[in-house]
Amino acid sequence: MSTTVPTRAAARRRRVRLPGGVALVLLLAFVFLSVAGPWIWGDAAGATNVVDANQAASAKHWLGTDDLGRDLFARTLVATRSSLVLAVLATVVGGVVGVALGLLSGASNRLGKVLGAVINLLMAFPALLLSIFFAVLFGIGSVGSVLAVGASFAPGFARITQTLTASAISRDYVEASRVLGKGPVTVVLRHVLPNIAEPVILYTTIHIGTAILALSGLSFLGLGVQPPSYDWGRLLSDGLTRVYITPTAALGPAVAIVLAGLTFNMAGEHLSDLVGGRRSAPRQVDAAPAPADGPGATGTETSSRGAHAEGLADQAFGSSTAPAARPLLEVRGLRVVYPGPDGGTVTPVRDVSFSVAPGETVGIVGESGSGKSMATSAVAQLVEAPGSVHAETLRFDDVDLTRRTKDDERVLGRSMAMIFQDPGEALNPAIKVGTHLVEPAVVHLHEDKPLARRRALDALRAVAVNDPERRFGQHQHELSGGTKQRVCIAIGLMGEPRLLVADEPTTALDVTVQRQILRLVAEVRDETGASVLFISHDIAVVSEISDRILVMYAGFVVEEASTEELLARPAHPYTGLLLAASPDMAADRSRPLPMLDGRMPGPGVDLPGCYFADRCPRAEQDCRDQRPPLLQIGAPGHRAACWHPLTADDPVEAPALVEERAAS
Amino acid sequence: MTPALSVSDLTVRYGSVTAVRSVSFDLRAGSVLGLVGESGSGKSTTARAVVGLAPFTGTVRVGERDASSPRSRDAREARRRVQMVFQDSRSSLDPRFTVGQCVAEGLPAGERRDQGRRVRELLELVSLDPALVRNRPGQLSGGQRQRVAIARALAARPEVLVADEVTASLDVSVQAVVLNLLRRLRAELGLSMLFISHNLAVVRYMCDDVAVMFNGRVVEQGGVDDILARAQHPYTRALLAAVPEVGQRRLLSDAAIEASTAASPAPGPGCDYRLRCPVGPAVDPGRAICTTDDPGPGAPERVHAAVCHFASTRQGTDALAGSGELR
Amino acid sequence: MTTATTLEPAGPLPSPALPAEPTASRARPWIRFVASRLLRLVVSLLVLVTATFVMVHLVPGDPVQAALGEQATPQLVELRRHELGLDQPLPAQYVHYLRGVVTGDLGRSIVTEAPVGDLLGTRFPNTLRLAVPAFVLVILIALPVGLLTAVRTRGGRGRVTRGVFVNVTGLFNSVPDYVMATVLSVVFVVGLKLFPAAGLTGPRSYVLPVAALVVGPAASLSRIVRVEALKVLDTEYVRAAKSRRLPRRLLYLRHVLPNMMTASLTFGAMILSGLVAGTVLVENVFGWPGVGTVISQAVIQKDFPLVQGVLLVLGAAVLLLNMVVDVLLGVLDPRSRLGALR
Repeated sequence: MSTTVPTRAAARRRRVRLPGGVALVLLLAFVFLSVAGPWIWGDAAGATNVVDANQAASAKHWLGTDDLGRDLFARTLVATRSSLVLAVLATVVGGVVGVALGLLSGASNRLGKVLGAVINLLMAFPALLLSIFFAVLFGIGSVGSVLAVGASFAPGFARITQTLTASAISRDYVEASRVLGKGPVTVVLRHVLPNIAEPVILYTTIHIGTAILALSGLSFLGLGVQPPSYDWGRLLSDGLTRVYITPTAALGPAVAIVLAGLTFNMAGEHLSDLVGGRRSAPRQVDAAPAPADGPGATGTETSSRGAHAEGLADQAFGSSTAPAARPLLEVRGLRVVYPGPDGGTVTPVRDVSFSVAPGETVGIVGESGSGKSMATSAVAQLVEAPGSVHAETLRFDDVDLTRRTKDDERVLGRSMAMIFQDPGEALNPAIKVGTHLVEPAVVHLHEDKPLARRRALDALRAVAVNDPERRFGQHQHELSGGTKQRVCIAIGLMGEPRLLVADEPTTALDVTVQRQILRLVAEVRDETGASVLFISHDIAVVSEISDRILVMYAGFVVEEASTEELLARPAHPYTGLLLAASPDMAADRSRPLPMLDGRMPGPGVDLPGCYFADRCPRAEQDCRDQRPPLLQIGAPGHRAACWHPLTADDPVEAPALVEERAAS
Repeated sequence: MTPALSVSDLTVRYGSVTAVRSVSFDLRAGSVLGLVGESGSGKSTTARAVVGLAPFTGTVRVGERDASSPRSRDAREARRRVQMVFQDSRSSLDPRFTVGQCVAEGLPAGERRDQGRRVRELLELVSLDPALVRNRPGQLSGGQRQRVAIARALAARPEVLVADEVTASLDVSVQAVVLNLLRRLRAELGLSMLFISHNLAVVRYMCDDVAVMFNGRVVEQGGVDDILARAQHPYTRALLAAVPEVGQRRLLSDAAIEASTAASPAPGPGCDYRLRCPVGPAVDPGRAICTTDDPGPGAPERVHAAVCHFASTRQGTDALAGSGELR
Repeated sequence: MTTATTLEPAGPLPSPALPAEPTASRARPWIRFVASRLLRLVVSLLVLVTATFVMVHLVPGDPVQAALGEQATPQLVELRRHELGLDQPLPAQYVHYLRGVVTGDLGRSIVTEAPVGDLLGTRFPNTLRLAVPAFVLVILIALPVGLLTAVRTRGGRGRVTRGVFVNVTGLFNSVPDYVMATVLSVVFVVGLKLFPAAGLTGPRSYVLPVAALVVGPAASLSRIVRVEALKVLDTEYVRAAKSRRLPRRLLYLRHVLPNMMTASLTFGAMILSGLVAGTVLVENVFGWPGVGTVISQAVIQKDFPLVQGVLLVLGAAVLLLNMVVDVLLGVLDPRSRLGALR
């Protein structure tokens, strides 16, 4: 893990892009040759001169001459046209037939099954075998080989079109269109075709390169272009017979074939990079650094952090009444930085400090983009390059997480357990449940397998998985969501857990299952005495289980208090909103919900003041100018980062919370 | 008064699996009916069948008109009066369309000429800045995108709006924007709404009536306050007990905790909730009837039409009538 | 908010939520799995046989006349037609052909009148002598190279490694095997005189043909392996495994490798069946006495029984290979087994 220097990264990226230009130049050269080649070198290529026959490379004939004394360099250049034109034709033939078949089978269920099976069968055969088959059918020669190569391409085109169509047609926007009463033709024309066009065109570009190779191969076998016409494949096969006398005779066309194939492949790949880059939507996952959005997206983070605010923050941290015992986990000044677009950086976690006492349950609440999952990843040492973790203090028990050793790994593996949001994703689909459980015990506790197995069954029993023996031998896809999450918790029990990090462990589950898992986490905590770091977007869920709650916004901890204190006297306006915006079972139905439109500043935004100010009904100029440090407010242990905190006089359902209209 | 939407005996089968089994409900004109249940309970499939996206047997009536036949012209016309808003606005808006094009797609053929003005009106109706017409969905926030989807549905001048988990993929602070908007539209336009959600607190806030679904059928339905106060079906009570609430610390209590964690419904005859039922044969062996008899047939005689042998029976007055008014 | 509801059937072809706690009756999916693959193989083989049969009858004009040339007397043509059974009604011919294929009687060459079966019997093993070592080498090269590069270039690291890898494999990928064979032959036979020029004349004669066959497929397969490995390295379960502080060796071998096998092997099967076809071209360059040197001549001479025989043998080899890969996948990845049963 190291800090990436932005400028160098940017420079490297520019260099990697270069071959795109090479591909373009080559592409233009080939197009020029196929248009102008026969005009310029046509005469030289056709002029026979028996005296000069079978010559090796010389200044006069760069690639030597053939058995009729024709200049092979000129012939290679002239053959560009026939080689390329035939390749394009073959690709078009294959493309038209394949796309039509693919659209048909992708758009209709019954037909799709039959066609799909046929396409699958054809796909199993290598193109060359199909080409030979079709060459027999269509006859030997240019037309035959174009049809043959085209026909051998059709299954591939059909497959990709079918897949794309099927995926496009199941999208919600196609369904919405159907609900609006649009007919199938309209739907295909307006929604399906435009969305599959790009990948199909890319596929076509790459296949022109493949077609050049395939046609040359057929010509090489003598099944393609017939004399007196010639293409590269023909020249190559002629040259090969004289490879001992004039090796260049074979090398010239060989180089041409490779260069052309390479050019179209590269062009296709760069085109797809371009398109892919343009279309990739910003990732909204909490854990992922989203590209910068909004004003002030660039600029470095460190330069603008006011020294004053920093000092205050330190002071605040010192003054907070930390739990009496030495905390199990201590985090101070945590920052997570990723290289951003355009050589800048993005900072999903800007400044996070907290501690977890032994046996304590601390909840972290925040919406997507708040940095809560990323902060958790940093604690669990799961942030990977190019991301980097910076912290004044990042300590777990006796392990300094900022510079851990091999031995520390073992300590962590034994005593820190993690539960992830989607238990289906967190269990390896190729590995049996039992292996997941046995593995850490064998690796970290050096247990032998029978013992580990016995303990694994105990762990499964402890998390109330029914029929543990059978589950032990099953794969994750055979379990229900709730059972998977139980298994994940059981894995944590295989060590000697002292900290359970639960990252949105119930978000993907139904409410009744969520309740079971919450109860299980509480049970495990009570029995093992482990601390819990519980992360969720749902403040209600967090408040059910936590002793203390941290509220995160835009990479900062904006408020921290014991659960009772936070619920009774929220100080930060954002906390107040979180508590009020989600209706509960006692919500007043005669009034609209307090709400707040707009977006959290992204990880690339750099603001001097409070990151919540733009959406905050209480914000004043000082909020925008200077960032409020996390300071003690009211009761001991209650800290908030706000210049104008809510007081007892401001009810949580502050009428001031932005009007519906104003926000959009 | 004719219900805005009337569904009876709706059944959806996919191959050998029956996703929705004989579901019946009425959506009173101008009211909001909530469908709640866990994943796989069939609530979204019911919604999809109502708008014609899933093949079904049974009848669906929109106002006076029959919308059951998949192809007939009348049924198609009737279905146009029912519009749907999907859960994930990221995938329900074509990424290649502009906001304007998305909304315009919903306009009936007759209103195309006046397209620009109508689109602006609709965007204003959903509290979006009309200046956004040229933006693409990818440039908007989740809340804004969901409002574009609502505007597109409104463009078709629907009588019934089906909202399928419309706030499930939104952040808490933005969820309120969409909920408030839907409540305002209902009041201003007199829309009837079928509101599908897994969140009982949201359903309570949004709905007049509620139908609880389990394993493809409605196990209890009635006015929302009535259901919450006097739930008849143990599954409804288990759902209620599992609603996380700020500062309540109820989830860790033992109230109405389910008897098992079995994920699939009970096989064979009898009640399909019996394995998990907190008061059923899994805890009380005396309740043998639950393992032998399907509680379905007797449901109409019970309060809330509850599909449970041990629900109270109805006495005289119709328990459903006029119970769910907005407070 | 929860995403629980997305588990509900949503597409036009919803896969109904699997019974999450399956019953014991599903305990032996293996037999059904292998049986379904065998059935698929038999159907595919039947289609292959039928296609080669139909091919001869779809060729415009009279195949025998075409094969014997314009000068052949009508008597000779008629005689040959009778010998080949072409004067019988189509269904009878088809039955005859099928029976022949099953018993290994592939008819006689129109040109040389030699039994096709015998010819292939001596030549096909030579083709396999090229294809099988090439197959093994491709796997042995592509898997470690792809996986290693993936680990090195993960998360935007190792840009130089990535650049070298992408460009080198891209280049090799674009060199068709027959061109590679030509170049190798020019350099090592003509230039350095290290290896024999043509034919099967001992261990040293294997080197160049096998090398020509391996380079391209190894390059493209290692690209695929890298992409697949990157995908797997990005998954939540690898993150989860890391959170358990497993040693690297275990992480890559047990948690990453099996999961990238599905896609890698599926693509690998395509590449490797292309390799079977590639022998056809490479054999022509090195004068290797396999089936490849036969087929081009046979097509040009319109020796249909021979063409049929070669296509049948190569096609069957490809289909068999695909089935082996399918079964392998079933062993490695339980999900694909499940998919086969749905």
